[in-house]
Amino acid sequence: MIVRTKFSALKEGRWYEYVVRFVLGGAATVTAGIIAEIWGPEIGGLFLAFPAILCASATLVEAHERREKREHNVRGHERGTDAAAMETAGAALGSIGLVSFGLAVWVLAPRFGFASLAFGSIAWLLTAFTLWRFRRVTRLVH
Amino acid sequence: MEYAVRFLAGGLIVSAFAVLGDVLRPKSFAGLFGAAPSVALATLTIAVVKNGTSYAAIEARSMAWGGIAFLFYAFLVCHLVMRFRFSALAATSSMLLVWLIAALGLEQVFVGWP
Repeated sequence: MIVRTKFSALKEGRWYEYVVRFVLGGAATVTAGIIAEIWGPEIGGLFLAFPAILCASATLVEAHERREKREHNVRGHERGTDAAAMETAGAALGSIGLVSFGLAVWVLAPRFGFASLAFGSIAWLLTAFTLWRFRRVTRLVH
Repeated sequence: MEYAVRFLAGGLIVSAFAVLGDVLRPKSFAGLFGAAPSVALATLTIAVVKNGTSYAAIEARSMAWGGIAFLFYAFLVCHLVMRFRFSALAATSSMLLVWLIAALGLEQVFVGWP
């Protein structure tokens, strides 16, 4: 199996990290709504791909890695930035999935309404997974 | 009230994708969830209810341009972190302005503003 789950990873996180992500996600959604109301859906739509969540996740991943290394008395600066870079590289592939999501919903929403969001999500996952698999097969990512 | 619903929906969906990103391995795969359509799912669901499907379609089209700007942004952040050893916070926050300029530029060039 290529992709697996590690539920024990949830214990490694601190409670406030989930609060930060919740607040950031809520704030990003409210901000996108306000911008769409003021400047219209053309400008508001851009902010549906605003990378605020990546700021939080890359910073948290970096902090995790450094903390883990510190607990083992190892300097973790480089490991931390490596982990953040890997998170960002993954997000770059995910961003191409965001383009697929947007295009799918753009084409399908007038006909399928809510269902277009499900089709868009499938398009995001398929695109992101295919690109990630391709990179893995070509041994650029392990 | 509407903004409270937006906040709650956005927060919940972003948190759900974040948990997925935390539990999935390998880490390179989990990284995909750093660009999950979480804010988009919350916003477009509300847009379909409140403004109709045509409005949601316009937002989604713009989102595709925002996604291309995101790719450019992630590429730059990755290089700043890997090559110049910027901290993740410094790299991701300083490049947000680049994302904004790229997104607005793409929208202006290919769609034009209303």
